[in-house]
Amino acid sequence: MIRVEGLTKDYGARRAIDRLTFSAEKGEILGFLGPNGAGKTTTMRILSGYMPPTSGKVEIAGFDVVEQSLEVRRRVGYMPETVPLYPEMTVFDYLKFMADLYHVPDAGARVDEVLAQVDMEERASSYISSLSKGMRQRVGLAQAILHRPEVLILDEPTIGLDPAQIIEVRSLIREIGREHTVLLSTHILSEAQQVCNRVLIINRGRIAAEDSPERLQSALLGAQRFYVRVAGSPEGLPDLLRGVPGVTGVGPGEDGGFEFEAAPGVEARPEVARRITAQGYELLELRPLRLSLEEIFLQLTREDPAAAEYAKQA
Amino acid sequence: MRNIWTIARREYNHYFSTPVAYLIAFAILLVVGIYFYLNLEIAILQPGFVPGVEITLGPLATLMMLATPAITTRLLAEEQRMGTIELLLTAPVRDIELVLGKWLGAFLFMATIVALTLVYPFILNQLVDPGIDQGPLISGYLGMLLLCAALAGIGVGVSSLFGSQIAAFAATMGVLVLLWWIVGPVSQVLGMTGGGQIFAYLDLGQHFFENLLWGIIDLEDVVFYLSLAALGIFSGAVIVESRRWR
Repeated sequence: MIRVEGLTKDYGARRAIDRLTFSAEKGEILGFLGPNGAGKTTTMRILSGYMPPTSGKVEIAGFDVVEQSLEVRRRVGYMPETVPLYPEMTVFDYLKFMADLYHVPDAGARVDEVLAQVDMEERASSYISSLSKGMRQRVGLAQAILHRPEVLILDEPTIGLDPAQIIEVRSLIREIGREHTVLLSTHILSEAQQVCNRVLIINRGRIAAEDSPERLQSALLGAQRFYVRVAGSPEGLPDLLRGVPGVTGVGPGEDGGFEFEAAPGVEARPEVARRITAQGYELLELRPLRLSLEEIFLQLTREDPAAAEYAKQA
Repeated sequence: MRNIWTIARREYNHYFSTPVAYLIAFAILLVVGIYFYLNLEIAILQPGFVPGVEITLGPLATLMMLATPAITTRLLAEEQRMGTIELLLTAPVRDIELVLGKWLGAFLFMATIVALTLVYPFILNQLVDPGIDQGPLISGYLGMLLLCAALAGIGVGVSSLFGSQIAAFAATMGVLVLLWWIVGPVSQVLGMTGGGQIFAYLDLGQHFFENLLWGIIDLEDVVFYLSLAALGIFSGAVIVESRRWR
């Protein structure tokens, strides 16, 4: 459904994206993860037909994004970052206008239908200037799905939403993703984990890693890491932890606790818990540590050997 | 065609959702009305003076020119500033359709103001015996619409260049002042040499005030206004297209 080959975009002397190659199939939700300025928005703008690339090829539903731009635009629903809307229009009028531009048959009825889908029916006659950020976001999403596009491109779809709305929007995206191809950008790893089938991490315009979110996380993690905390003074704890078979490293953690690493494939936690209680410590906390996206980025950009090795494989 | 109409309709409706448009329309109609009334008074005092449609269309032409920047600067500059241009440029609409739609919306708004002034010739027709001359009435209003088409064309073209409304306003005003008040005298200074003729031809008001206002429909004047409108629209489309490439 989406084929991207060697996509490159220069803004003057600055290279925003550098030879990106990826693809997405029908029914797939592809996540674009990356820090600000990584090239996510630039890539999405090229895919939506907003601007042409410097070089490289993009095909959407079999149409070339430069040569057959109008065909591509008919098939793509695009929600830009910080959703641009006309504040002086009502929600209904705005969506009706966009529906007309996309030649949606029976536009008025379709607008009502989409408004129900994003739970905005009651605000149909409100002026957009009076809407909260979350509501504007939903209007943007409604606009993107109005013409039942084959490919949906969403730039940071949940930014600025409250937790309840985030859950709604994510489930809406999952629902849409069953029939359509969805490409969404985010900087929240848990979002990618919950919504996407596959994740591309891009950094400085290049793909740093590509995989399912679960595998990405565990692979980058390498050894398993855990956090443990006991009541009272834990002076002897580091030595105790080192004595557990499979534990490879121990270091201080937050709040007076400790972090330890276990060799891959070894479940060290039951033995750690047993020994702690046997020594008379009171176990308060024992939990796995997950890498945050920030840490993954740091690893990928620091040219960390494990991450670099992983990126090479991927 | 359908896309052009969709965009034009939104643009036209937008004018009536802001007080600025009402203010412009009100100011123009007020000034034209005062001018009309004063001319009727003059006609009463000076028995030889028979006022025609020119007492309405004369001041209206200059007022429309002055109002053009306020009407047209937002067309593309505001979309640029607010980022809504991204919605239009990713919709299945050609760049030329977008600019044509914008132009049409502004033109229709200007035409609406012009249409409202038809009340004055109507009143005048009742007062003057045996009624006003129909020739200048038709050619004058045709000329006024042609002038508006050209003004809107210049406006949409200049608007496409800017991401700031103030800059677009100033630039539109600059271009119009140049074409309205400056190129005429320049042509007179240069005399009827080649350069002088070009400047004379470029005089935006002349084609209206010398011919169309007095019942003379010369193809040259029609072509002049239509080509100005086309030039503005096409350069606007080229600029929108080139902005994609940045």
